Amino acid sequence: MTHNIPILIPISLIFFAFFTGVLGVMRLRYSQLVAVFASALAFSLAVWGTVHVLTSGALSYSFGSWPPPIGIEFVMDPLSAFMLLVITGTGFILLLFPTKPGFKIEEKRGVPLYAIVLLLMGGLCGIALAGDLFNLYVFLEITSLSTYALVSIGSGRAVMSSFRYLIMASIGGTFYLLGVGFIYFATGTLNMADVINLLPAVYSSPAVIGGAVFIVTGICLKMALFPLHTWLPDAHSYAPPVVAAFLAAVQIEVSAYIIIRMLLNVFTPEFMVGLLPLTDIIGWAAAGGVIIGSVMAIAQTDFKRMLAYSTVGQIAYVGLGIGLANPLGITGALLHIMAHALMKSCLFLIAGGVAQQTGITDINGYRGLGRRMPWTMAAFTVSALAMIGIPPTAGFFSKWYLLLGSLDGGNWVFLAVILASTLLNGVYFFRLIEKVFAPADPADASARNPGELPRSMLVPVLVFAGLILAVGAASVLIVDNLLSPAVQGL
Amino acid sequence: MENGVFSYLPLMAVLVSAVAVVFIILFSSRPNLREAVTLTAAAGKLAVVFSMLPGVMKGQYPAVNLFSLSPGIQLALKVDEAGLIFALLASLLWLVTSFYSIGYMRGSGEKRQTRFFASFAVCLSATIGIAFSANLLTFYLFYEILTVATYPLVTHKGTPEALRAGRKYLAYLITGGVILLAAIAYTYQVAGTLDFRPGGFIPETAGPAQLAVLFSLFLIGFGFKSAIMPLHSWLPSAMVAPTPVSALLHAVAVVKAGVFGLVRATGFVLGPETLAQFGLAGIMSVAAAVTIVVASLLAFRQDNLKARLAYSTIGHLSYIVLGISLFSAAGWTGGLMHIFNHGVMKITLFFCAGAIYVTAHLQNISQLDGIGRRMPWTMGAFTIAAVGLAGVPPAAGFISKWHLVSGTFENQQFVLAAVLLLSGLFNAGYFFPIVYRAFFKPPAQSLHTGEASRLMLVPILVAAGLSLLLGIYPDGLVQLYQLAESAAQQVIGGIW
Repeated sequence: MTHNIPILIPISLIFFAFFTGVLGVMRLRYSQLVAVFASALAFSLAVWGTVHVLTSGALSYSFGSWPPPIGIEFVMDPLSAFMLLVITGTGFILLLFPTKPGFKIEEKRGVPLYAIVLLLMGGLCGIALAGDLFNLYVFLEITSLSTYALVSIGSGRAVMSSFRYLIMASIGGTFYLLGVGFIYFATGTLNMADVINLLPAVYSSPAVIGGAVFIVTGICLKMALFPLHTWLPDAHSYAPPVVAAFLAAVQIEVSAYIIIRMLLNVFTPEFMVGLLPLTDIIGWAAAGGVIIGSVMAIAQTDFKRMLAYSTVGQIAYVGLGIGLANPLGITGALLHIMAHALMKSCLFLIAGGVAQQTGITDINGYRGLGRRMPWTMAAFTVSALAMIGIPPTAGFFSKWYLLLGSLDGGNWVFLAVILASTLLNGVYFFRLIEKVFAPADPADASARNPGELPRSMLVPVLVFAGLILAVGAASVLIVDNLLSPAVQGL
Repeated sequence: MENGVFSYLPLMAVLVSAVAVVFIILFSSRPNLREAVTLTAAAGKLAVVFSMLPGVMKGQYPAVNLFSLSPGIQLALKVDEAGLIFALLASLLWLVTSFYSIGYMRGSGEKRQTRFFASFAVCLSATIGIAFSANLLTFYLFYEILTVATYPLVTHKGTPEALRAGRKYLAYLITGGVILLAAIAYTYQVAGTLDFRPGGFIPETAGPAQLAVLFSLFLIGFGFKSAIMPLHSWLPSAMVAPTPVSALLHAVAVVKAGVFGLVRATGFVLGPETLAQFGLAGIMSVAAAVTIVVASLLAFRQDNLKARLAYSTIGHLSYIVLGISLFSAAGWTGGLMHIFNHGVMKITLFFCAGAIYVTAHLQNISQLDGIGRRMPWTMGAFTIAAVGLAGVPPAAGFISKWHLVSGTFENQQFVLAAVLLLSGLFNAGYFFPIVYRAFFKPPAQSLHTGEASRLMLVPILVAAGLSLLLGIYPDGLVQLYQLAESAAQQVIGGIW
């Protein structure tokens, strides 16, 4: 049974996606229940698999019993296990949150929502597990297609931003496929474990160099790494809350995972660091992204849009870690993937919950909410502090590893960028905290519906806030068991 | 862990007030019960901290390792002499302040008292955590919690002015925190460990450039919280907070956390030997001396009583910084004692300012004519503390200053000695006119006020009594003198 876990996770998600869709036509509530069940199942499988990986080594599944490199292989190693936990765990809690497609939109448009979220989750799990380059592309396209659909469900300019994302992501996907093609020409194989052995002989061939450049550029586009981030703010701010949370927290982070996987297990570090300055380019682009994302976030007054720009800055943190390409840097990048998944989910759910409850979307409207929604705003404070990187939250520890990584690499500029970004994050989050806990404007207090979020919304929010603190306390456990083995190759 | 004796006491000392937060919030609708929680926690904390005194005096340091924060770095607490001085100060004055804040908050009819008392308790947990941290990362964790937990107290009134002060407060202290984080990460990079050790742990292989960078990062990082000029201007702005906050946090806990950080960074991380070798301590002395003089001069210009006290605090914090920078046993003893003595005396002055504000609704010194005839006890206490801060015996300030001055003479730093002595005159210059006004000028016709309420007056008298007691018999009560001397000797041991 255990050796089937790698295939069971994506399959069960995609399988239940079908039922969820059918039930959604009958009643939206049923489809949410099934989606929650399916994600819970996937999460338990991921936990089970992780325990197995920790105790007796990586799991491998070969389709149709064809042994790799000829057959298709799914591999669950510590790095995949870590990503699966992030994807399914975050997804499970997010699906508990009752969401509306958006404002002034008929309920009907929400019918396919849960089905597509499951499909997206299945695709992301597939990416984390894929042991060969082409299957990774297949799952990448599944995630892209479901993302187009999900973004377009939202309100406002959702359809337009979905179309924009479609164009950008298609270019990204095509670049990746082109790159894979070149690698295949040069090595004659697609299996990652095989490619890494065959590549060193042909490192200098133009096909390999071109392939690597295409792959990295394509994925950076999907990851919204500055300056390829322009599609992200629109797509994330018009999507429904759960979707926005899922996209920002998990979907783009998986693209970062792909680059780390390429660095560690497809191209060797010598190639991506030494022969081609690919990680350097990622790192410097990310350094720009950290600053630009934060500055743009400061300029926003719409809460969701501010969060979207903050995502541009935060994903660039991950890029910064990749750019360092040393064990501490990559550890920091991976830990930040988890921390960001938790804190951004929490913040998007709060943004969505507050908008559904009171209609407030502008940050100026948050004035005085601390009195009316003490629990929600306590969770908000925890996640905001984590975004700034105040200890003992999870956000601090990822920053700590990134700092150590910068010093290890002797890169003082990255160190300064990380610290400057802390201050910039402080500006836009403390601006909100100040409003939230200031006394409400007596003039408009009566105009809005006061009161705490309903329990169904509050529970996921509080769980995320608790996890932000728990991951902070348990960061060493995660690093020692899952991340250190993953970055051994460096 | 050297000299460490496993014990949960340090952890309990930190957690007492954190647990109290839960009950304070729980009893938010029953003020008497809520305040009882604060008082119980304060008394409990003081008892726990006090109970560690005998062990520490014998050189057995209660210590506990909790879990890993980062590979090789534990969340670890360890109580040594220097830490115990700070913890005793904070927990002793928290108990006194708790009584006082009840009187103050009720007397002035402040809103959102639950938030006030809850944040206060969090601050105290963080302060004790800072005092007992066994390594830099643990220290940083509590240090940042203290920064964040003080913010709701600074902005307590919710007025635009308070919010502005809060913004300034965060801008300064978070910047300081960020620079400090860089210092800590770099320390780890250079030394491979972060555990405090008397005399420092930076390996001898570290070059002068590395040391200079580390030292500057630490000095600037901690300089924000210790209000070394020109990083001080958040402190006078933060005086917009209710007086108990100014009293305990902005004269004792927060600013002393910064100074205490410098104690740790210079004595327990970089080490006096390394610093002396490269002449880095001189920069610190100069910064402190300049701050002492300029802050005193600025204090003269303040008519608002709390603002004058704030500038006086800035000056006195630099007394401590100056003492540390001397790296002599006398200088360190004096500096560590001044952490305690200044805390006790300055809190007395703030208490008096708050009592005058609540009782007579006066904030400016020019309005205080004859207030001493209406509030003789309050102003009597004020006089004792003012005399002490000017360094006149028998109040507590004299003894710490004596050591500081003799430290400067040992190092042949006559200019610094002159600065300290001059500062004593300045202190007299800006405090005594207040006393003169209060007692010898006739009260205004409109001044019909009585003595402060008992809940405020008793803490004032207790604090003033402590200032006298510590001046006459510095080893009484908390064996302050011995603690300071033994901490100083361990750190300076190498040079001495």
